[in-house]
Amino acid sequence: MLKIDNLHATVADKPILKGLSLTVNAGEVHAIMGPNGAGKSTLAYVLGGRPGYEVTEGSVTLAGQDLLALDPHERAAAGLFLGFQYPVEIPGVSTVQFLREALNAQRKARGEEPLSGGEFLKLAREKAALLKLDPEMLKRPVNLGFSGGEKKRAEMVQMGILDPSLAVLDETDSGLDIDALRIVGEGINAIMRRPDKGVLLITHYQRLLDYVKPDVVHVLAKGRIVKSGGPELALELEKQGYEAVAA
Amino acid sequence: MELAALPTARDEEWRYADFSAVDALAPEAFSEWKDVTLAPGEVRRKCLVVGGDAPELHRIRLTVGEGARAELFVANIGAAYTRVEAEVRLARGAHFQFGGVTIGGGDATREFVTRTVHVEPEATSEQVVRAVHWNTATGNFLGRIDVARDAQKTDAAQDFKALLLERGASANAKPELEIFADDVKCAHGAAIGQMDEMARFYMAARGIPPEAARKLLVHAFIADAFVALDDEGERERLLEAALSALGDAA
Repeated sequence: MLKIDNLHATVADKPILKGLSLTVNAGEVHAIMGPNGAGKSTLAYVLGGRPGYEVTEGSVTLAGQDLLALDPHERAAAGLFLGFQYPVEIPGVSTVQFLREALNAQRKARGEEPLSGGEFLKLAREKAALLKLDPEMLKRPVNLGFSGGEKKRAEMVQMGILDPSLAVLDETDSGLDIDALRIVGEGINAIMRRPDKGVLLITHYQRLLDYVKPDVVHVLAKGRIVKSGGPELALELEKQGYEAVAA
Repeated sequence: MELAALPTARDEEWRYADFSAVDALAPEAFSEWKDVTLAPGEVRRKCLVVGGDAPELHRIRLTVGEGARAELFVANIGAAYTRVEAEVRLARGAHFQFGGVTIGGGDATREFVTRTVHVEPEATSEQVVRAVHWNTATGNFLGRIDVARDAQKTDAAQDFKALLLERGASANAKPELEIFADDVKCAHGAAIGQMDEMARFYMAARGIPPEAARKLLVHAFIADAFVALDDEGERERLLEAALSALGDAA
């Protein structure tokens, strides 16, 4: 589903990713763990196509399609969802309006009919309930005045509504208390644990992996995958630290 | 009709005007004031979409009676120099509400000039202006507030924000307060900024194309100017007119 091959990327001319390769097959959840500065967020932004994150070498395909040739909004329509570590606040634009615009733009790009206001609200309320987010919050401006945990839950509601084939979740667990962590973990499972979907879970800590069981765990250090293994690798990292395991 | 003296760049209220365009106006334009008087307690609202392919000057003089309320909302969207002036005199307890948007590209200047005179006590006034420009266009708001000696309990507020979509576009804010009473509130704020790049990327990452994202952000930005317009149909008409000008933005 997602195939990253020998990816090199720079930010402000500084090399951050230095030959990163990995493959996520349909139906799999992969976790990427690593110390600060390893390039985890850079990987997420490069996949999303953030301006200023420049690919200098390598390739990325999503379901066989050259992802790097697409603009950010086209990547979303092609099935990519990027969960932000710091979801962005947009004053003056209601969450409902934002998401309906987003979903219908994606549907249009795929040659599908737009959802009506009523159909969209029904879908939004259903996904908000799944993440135990008060649907009234969707009337508020995007992420404005949301607590850290609410922002992350709102990200997952967005993911549920947009129904991507591949989710890249950048430290979705940061800023969550234990209850919110469980709700978000269960939300990821409910939305993305499907034979036709894949997840790339970027995280510092093992704790989210208690709820979302990864099929493969990768250790990212200095811009490359230095080790891959099963779920036991995450436990090993937690016990021994990155330095010991990645060395 | 007696012709008024023509303005020059030395006149404070014309300092940001584009005189190559001003000179193209007919001399009569400078003497044409639309005079409107509101009786005590009267409420009157005017919503205007102004601007076209030739320079325009609109001058409105409002005399607002005791406890009356005058509202003026303007979308200034033309391709050429367009200036809207409002001179307002407020009696006791009267209110003047102004909401204006200048939006456009090219090299045109679009401007609002208001002079609000609090003649008697307890009158209130508010001006909210938003400017969105690109290419080498300019948006101006010159807002003067005069508070007369016995106009105690005056409450006046001014708020100007500009969003410049490109390097080369500019905006000028010139608040001017002349206060001769001592028990008054006069607030003013001005800010000039650019499009939030992170918000644009966030929207793109959700599948919203750049043009639609920009339209949503500009809509949110200019909406403040018409928040006080309590007529949804008119509000939508002005916002749509303003957003239609965005069509050719970079």
